[in-house]
Amino acid sequence: MGKSLTGKTAFIIGVLLIFCYGIVGIPKGGLKESIARRINLGLDLKGGTHLVLEVHVNEAVASAVDRDAVRLATDLQAAGIPGASAGRTDASRPQTIIVSGIPADKVSDARGVFNGVNYNTYDVASGADGTQTLTMKQQSVNDLSTRTVDTSIETIRERIDKLGVAEPVIQKYGLGENQILVELPGLDDPARVEEVIQSTAKLEIHAVTGGPFENDQAALQANNGVLPADSILMKGAASAGSPEQVWLLKRVSEVEGTDFRDAQPSTDQNGRPNITFTLTTEAGDRFYKYTSEHSSTSATPGSMAIVLDNKVREVAGIQSAIRDRGEITGGFTKQQAADLSLMLRTGALPASISFLETRTVGPSLGAASIRQGVIAAVAGMLAVMVFMLIYYKGSGINADLALFLNLVILLGFMGFTGSTLTLPGIAGVILTIGMGVDSNVLIFERIREELRAGKSAAIAVQQGFAHAWVTIIDTHVTTIVSAMILFLFGTGPVRGFAVTLAFGLLANLFTAVFVSRVIFDSHLKGKERGAALSI
Amino acid sequence: MEFFRSTNIDWLGKKWYFLGFSLIFSVAGVLSMLFWHGIPKGVDFTGGTQIRVAFDTTPDENHIRQAMDQGGVHNATIQRVSDPSGHAANKVIISLPISSATDQAHDAGRQAVEAALATNYKDSKATVEQVEIVGPTAGKQLQKQAMLATVYSLIGMLIYLWFRFELIYGVAAVVAVFHDTLITLGAFSLANKEITLTVIAAILTLIGYSMNDTIVVFDRIRENLATNRRESLADVVNRSINQTLSRTVLTSGLTFLTVLSLYLFGGEVLHGFSFALVVGILIGTYSSIAVAAPMLVAYQEWRAKRGKSVALPAGRNARA
Repeated sequence: MGKSLTGKTAFIIGVLLIFCYGIVGIPKGGLKESIARRINLGLDLKGGTHLVLEVHVNEAVASAVDRDAVRLATDLQAAGIPGASAGRTDASRPQTIIVSGIPADKVSDARGVFNGVNYNTYDVASGADGTQTLTMKQQSVNDLSTRTVDTSIETIRERIDKLGVAEPVIQKYGLGENQILVELPGLDDPARVEEVIQSTAKLEIHAVTGGPFENDQAALQANNGVLPADSILMKGAASAGSPEQVWLLKRVSEVEGTDFRDAQPSTDQNGRPNITFTLTTEAGDRFYKYTSEHSSTSATPGSMAIVLDNKVREVAGIQSAIRDRGEITGGFTKQQAADLSLMLRTGALPASISFLETRTVGPSLGAASIRQGVIAAVAGMLAVMVFMLIYYKGSGINADLALFLNLVILLGFMGFTGSTLTLPGIAGVILTIGMGVDSNVLIFERIREELRAGKSAAIAVQQGFAHAWVTIIDTHVTTIVSAMILFLFGTGPVRGFAVTLAFGLLANLFTAVFVSRVIFDSHLKGKERGAALSI
Repeated sequence: MEFFRSTNIDWLGKKWYFLGFSLIFSVAGVLSMLFWHGIPKGVDFTGGTQIRVAFDTTPDENHIRQAMDQGGVHNATIQRVSDPSGHAANKVIISLPISSATDQAHDAGRQAVEAALATNYKDSKATVEQVEIVGPTAGKQLQKQAMLATVYSLIGMLIYLWFRFELIYGVAAVVAVFHDTLITLGAFSLANKEITLTVIAAILTLIGYSMNDTIVVFDRIRENLATNRRESLADVVNRSINQTLSRTVLTSGLTFLTVLSLYLFGGEVLHGFSFALVVGILIGTYSSIAVAAPMLVAYQEWRAKRGKSVALPAGRNARA
């Protein structure tokens, strides 16, 4: 018994030392700096920005289907079915291509094209009126959505890194579909972040097929109330400062975000900020074909619109054929031109993004929260410790030692695992103090009861622990279940609370039951049989 | 030192008082939720924009409102930050309804408020300390999560108690905890304090914590039932409550001490959270004595009236 007690004491001291190391590491500089280095603070304590974004994956699906429709039309021509047209004509079904105008004797040829390797992500169905519908398989839509979100995360990460934020979190957000969580410590001006992430969401160049018109109604009237199936209406201005007008644009863009290889801010001949860009080779070939067919010297001169975030920023006639170099003068400020070219360089987002949630905390509020949290913790702990000393006299020291060790283990654990301490997390630590000492109360009350029943101190201690153990397990299980549910359903700060509460109570099982028992045993060992226990 | 050395209180004899007390508070809360303040949901659930601004001197709410009006922000609510420690006397929370934070024009409300403050508020310097913008999609999402988490917690507790005791113990404990949750929510409605995500976290914690006292009492009831089969259930329950009274009051009291210190010193950001805990721990302790245990007796009496078995199950794992 004596020997095992020594072993247990050594074990406890070992645990104490290990977790002390967990809190401060190898002490360097003051205690405060050491702790700050080990314990990860949440955004609500050190200040920062928390964002939840939604990626509009539908757009990525629609534009993939658009591209396939264009290719399908070409492929059908090549297969000797000239009259066929293919398009994503049903706006309510973005993943569907409708092919019409296939002569009855060519249907099997068309089927052959559909079964080609380019279209195996589509289900083919024949309509009653001789049309064929190709619908993208759900599995492919899901894959594309996942890929779109992943690409968005990568792109956003590159952009954030270029902003120079330390330790950003950019990951899928579990709560909703196609959502991204972005956490930027130390950055409490969300406006710039949002601009960098969002405003450059989508840059495209579209062919202009009609307009400009005064407004949507005027555009509709000009087309006898029906828009051509391959066209869309888009608002915007022909150049900076021009009045808002509406253009009819070809739905499928000539150049889209992923086609840009490089972009640099520069100035035009009038000294205004603009952006020069370079396209990828493949996109350059496509763009050359389009611009040479529609340049001002060609038979069908045309103009093109530069569309940023579904808003026309510039409309210009095509002066001459352009291959892979061009410039955009959209009436940008210097900052906008710099930001936008950064975005084009890092790669465009595959779909536009909207903000669902923005939370920022300034550093002063975070610092005040830490101060107040620590004061509340110390005050609560002192109150509890003093009470235990008064109420349980000598045994109160036992409880207070156990409580102290409980906190050391909890904080050391946070240090080791790199868990994040949030403001509610500090509240979790405080609650751990209150709930942890409950275990001691349960044990001590039972010991008192056994003593009253006339048992000796040693027996009473043994019985007290044995009986209270079951109840302690019960109470811990219920609270830890609550904490687990909070962890599963909670976000950021609330998760921090669940973590500290659960860790704290788990550590409490060790301190209040094992450590406290060892202290009792070693205390009683030095006494004569039948000596009274100070409780 | 010792409180409640050998208490011998007839708790069940007072059940009508308890019922009255519980009814008054739950009905007051429910009435307030229905007809007075409603359920004051925070920006996490309603969506919208909430901006915490600190001023160098005590702000004048009317001047802030004028500044907002001049800046074209007409639907702002301006509220002084409540904080018992008085640290936050110079702070206000400016809230805008959900229309300011659609998923499209997410940040417009914040920009308008900041611009209005910067150009039109002359009394002192204003520093924006915290901004929360929750769009309609996120608000709905968070609301759903909070509801689910609460329901799952209650179900989890029911299953655990069912497994540890018998179904009826589980039901009694869950009714007691539901009673605590209802009264705590009612207190938020009566005091017109906003229910935020952290408040929900506090309530979930309470669901777990209120179980503790109830389990202590139930454990003792079961122990006494197993050793003494001749006593009436009412007497057993009374005796069990009295035997455990000391530890029930002590454990809750100590947790209450820490929560109180959180409420007093923990700062304005955690105000709602600690308020929920302060109210909830008081009610939770009361309910394990005054709601959960009497429900067991009431259940047995109801069964006796219907001529069924009179004995309350002592439970599977009862220790003799």
